[in-house]
Amino acid sequence: MTRFEKTTSLTRRSILLGSGALVVSVGAGVTLETVLSINQAFAQGTKPPLTPDQLSSYIAVNADGRVAAYFGKMDMGHGLHVAIAQIVAEELDVPFASVRVFMADTATSVNQGGASGSTGIQLGGKQMRMAAAEARRVLVEMAAAALSTPADRLAVNDGIVSAADDQTKRVSYAQLLGGQYFNVQLDWNKEYGNALYAPGKARPKKPSEHKIVGQPIKREDIAPKVFCLEDFVTDIKVPDMVHGRMIRPQVAGAVPVKVDDSAIRDIPGAKVVWDKGFLGVVADREWDAIQAAEKLKVEWSLQPPPFPEQASLHDTIRKASVRKRVVEQQNGDVDAAFKTAAKIIEADYEWPFQSHASMGPACSLVEIKDGMVTCWSGTQKSHFVQNGLAAVLQVPVEKVHVIFKPGPGSYGRNDADDCAMDAAVLAKAVGRPVRLQYMRDQGTGWDPKGPASTHSAKAGLNAAGEVIAYEFTSKAFSRVDVDTNGGKPPDTLAGQTLGVALKSGDGFGVPAESYAVANKRLAWETIAPLLDRASPLRTSHLRDPVGPQIHFASESFIDEVAAAVNADPIEFRLRYVKEPRDIAVIKAAAQKANWETRPSPRRDQIGSKVSGRGIAYAQRNGTRVAVIAEVDIDRATGKIWARKFTVAHDCGQIINPDGLVKCIEGNIVQGVSRALWEEVTFDRNTVTSVDWITYPILDITETPGRVDVVLINYPEIAPSGAGEPSIRPVAAAIANAIFDATGVRIRRVPFSPERVKAAFS
Amino acid sequence: MNQPVKLQSFKLNVNGQTHTVNADPDMPLLYALRNDLGLNNPHFGCGLAQCGACTVHVDGQPTRSCVTPLSAIGQAKIVTLAGLGTPEKPHPLQSAYVEEQVLQCGYCINGWLMTAAAFLRDHKKPSEAEIQDALSGLKCRCGTHISILKAVKRAADAMG
Repeated sequence: MTRFEKTTSLTRRSILLGSGALVVSVGAGVTLETVLSINQAFAQGTKPPLTPDQLSSYIAVNADGRVAAYFGKMDMGHGLHVAIAQIVAEELDVPFASVRVFMADTATSVNQGGASGSTGIQLGGKQMRMAAAEARRVLVEMAAAALSTPADRLAVNDGIVSAADDQTKRVSYAQLLGGQYFNVQLDWNKEYGNALYAPGKARPKKPSEHKIVGQPIKREDIAPKVFCLEDFVTDIKVPDMVHGRMIRPQVAGAVPVKVDDSAIRDIPGAKVVWDKGFLGVVADREWDAIQAAEKLKVEWSLQPPPFPEQASLHDTIRKASVRKRVVEQQNGDVDAAFKTAAKIIEADYEWPFQSHASMGPACSLVEIKDGMVTCWSGTQKSHFVQNGLAAVLQVPVEKVHVIFKPGPGSYGRNDADDCAMDAAVLAKAVGRPVRLQYMRDQGTGWDPKGPASTHSAKAGLNAAGEVIAYEFTSKAFSRVDVDTNGGKPPDTLAGQTLGVALKSGDGFGVPAESYAVANKRLAWETIAPLLDRASPLRTSHLRDPVGPQIHFASESFIDEVAAAVNADPIEFRLRYVKEPRDIAVIKAAAQKANWETRPSPRRDQIGSKVSGRGIAYAQRNGTRVAVIAEVDIDRATGKIWARKFTVAHDCGQIINPDGLVKCIEGNIVQGVSRALWEEVTFDRNTVTSVDWITYPILDITETPGRVDVVLINYPEIAPSGAGEPSIRPVAAAIANAIFDATGVRIRRVPFSPERVKAAFS
Repeated sequence: MNQPVKLQSFKLNVNGQTHTVNADPDMPLLYALRNDLGLNNPHFGCGLAQCGACTVHVDGQPTRSCVTPLSAIGQAKIVTLAGLGTPEKPHPLQSAYVEEQVLQCGYCINGWLMTAAAFLRDHKKPSEAEIQDALSGLKCRCGTHISILKAVKRAADAMG
């Protein structure tokens, strides 16, 4: 009954030729010979190398005319593949339904950076647009020769090229190229990852010509999942596979010094894989592997407790040595301006460690066979995992094939890449394919964490209440303590437990806004990790890395300054916001929410149950978002319900408005969860938030009752990202609404009932 | 001293078909369904009955298969999401999910659909608060709750 997936079933050639042979049957004056002779210039039967400078690395035309788009990024749940198919169909002038997007398989796509930084459309789509436009140009040129008609006298409809003045002169893409590969060189910028860009000679269409881009086309991948017809990475099985489980120490940093396998010897197929700090088990059956991991007797090295008391976390951050300081923005003479200020306002804010806490713990399957390594993974960075596996297994990169399969949710650098590497080490050790799934406590307890942070904000006002000086500094754990992908062993648990030294990187960020203040300094400082190896508190990218942290602080603080001068929060922001698109999103949100102009807090409520409204706005890599939260608060219990949100969103040109609205809704709901509930807990030894009880997230009774989204479309402005920007202002909008309702300023996330209640007393 | 695990033979009635599984009586039903029967619709989310991703119907009752040992199943009839409906004959909830385009990652949907299906079968024309209450024990990490609620209300309307 078990379904097996053959590694060979997904080869590019079979996809291309699976639908039949080249057919040339219609079209005036076109013979097979003509087509083939033309083809030699642009197409070939054998596949050109899979390199970024080949058109064939992005686009293929099947024998039946369907188009395959090979995309070096992947969808993490927003339906990105729909938008990419729209872009490709638009530029190629083929029906949307004829395009299929193949995502992030290292055998069929080049490294476009994976899911990263909301760049799926912004950068990935940009490249696919250029590739598709070039494919159309080449196909039209081929058609011009085939039909003996100048290219500028040809039109393309639904993949059929025809002469404008003689509809009988026509040839299809399938006839021109179907089943063969493009042999066309692109002008590659020699970059890999997000920065990869390889245009051809073609110019893409003008936005005014778009017919498919901008349409609310639905996702076709909902039904297969609802009817259980599609595999997640957790569902992949191969013959002879065993199940693996990993064993982590109870004191972070400890390593096994003695392993006694007497308790698992009777378990069929049970084997222990132990090398330095790396400890895992396999067994023929999954339940047996779980039992083996639980029963194995392990003696661990004596490791001094590596972590501070959780209550002192933010003091620890403040007192820690600064490892790197970067002033990202500075204008005027900030220090001098503060000296002349009539009034100075200061506030500090704190954000906890947060977990990806994906819906399921990571899973990966690694098969090593005939010198080839095949890995199925839910990673966001399959090409980087390919590098990581090659390094940890010490095989050439071209001997590693990583197949992306949707995993149990992903919001950045979660546990997926660690899992792929661990599975590879297990598979190599036991000589059989290993399917490894972490357990829940490992998924939540041992994933790379979103960094905990402190933020100091200071504003100097003149006698007229104008802001003349502004300084904002974050001091925090790094966003790249471990890198944002598993491309290098030192960045993974497998590498670190096997003894490769951590090379902790430094990175954070500053507020992204356009507040014009004559003397302004935005800076960040990073500190060393609490434990320098295999740490459950290692930090990396969690959705909108450091964005929620920074903008919770900066957008709360702007509100504090507005309140100090008794100004309406929106009216105050608009005194300083200078970029027209920023002004437009703030005004659009205010208008949609029927914002009443008045200072916060409101002072007209008595009793336990009160309501308030708050705004926050931010930029993110070209996108602008303004979020207005309306919250209900029970002062007696401290319970907050973020009842309604109004979001104005500008990401330039909109590719698919319905998909965009869903994406924004998800951002808002997850943002509410992170603001109200989420906090990694730990004791001196290790992380103690390890499941849905100890790491609670929002449930459906706490979901906002309404999210109104205003989409601002600028068809002439190249699209920027949407996967993350709208989560950025959520915590600040809620905090500002709490202040509006109660006059109490909460400067620490999450706004749990206990913390809120304590703040009121 | 260590006792070797004793396998027992279980006859499982799943989606109207009987299957024989030889397994540890303590093994949760989830692993029999996924690994022995190849039914991938119930998912491992937590193994702790906290998220609902593994939910199946056991004699009509939504049951967390990740903590339900095989020894507790007996003659009960098990229905998984694959047994709820098909593309040709969809359950109203499945149609509503497609119509409302609910999913993001989709890993949690099994639990929501199975739990909501039993709830809507037993509660006609539920209020929004009743739906929320019935589904409050389920997790969705992507934050698709707004669409979930729309879809369940749509299905409730369709089911009269």
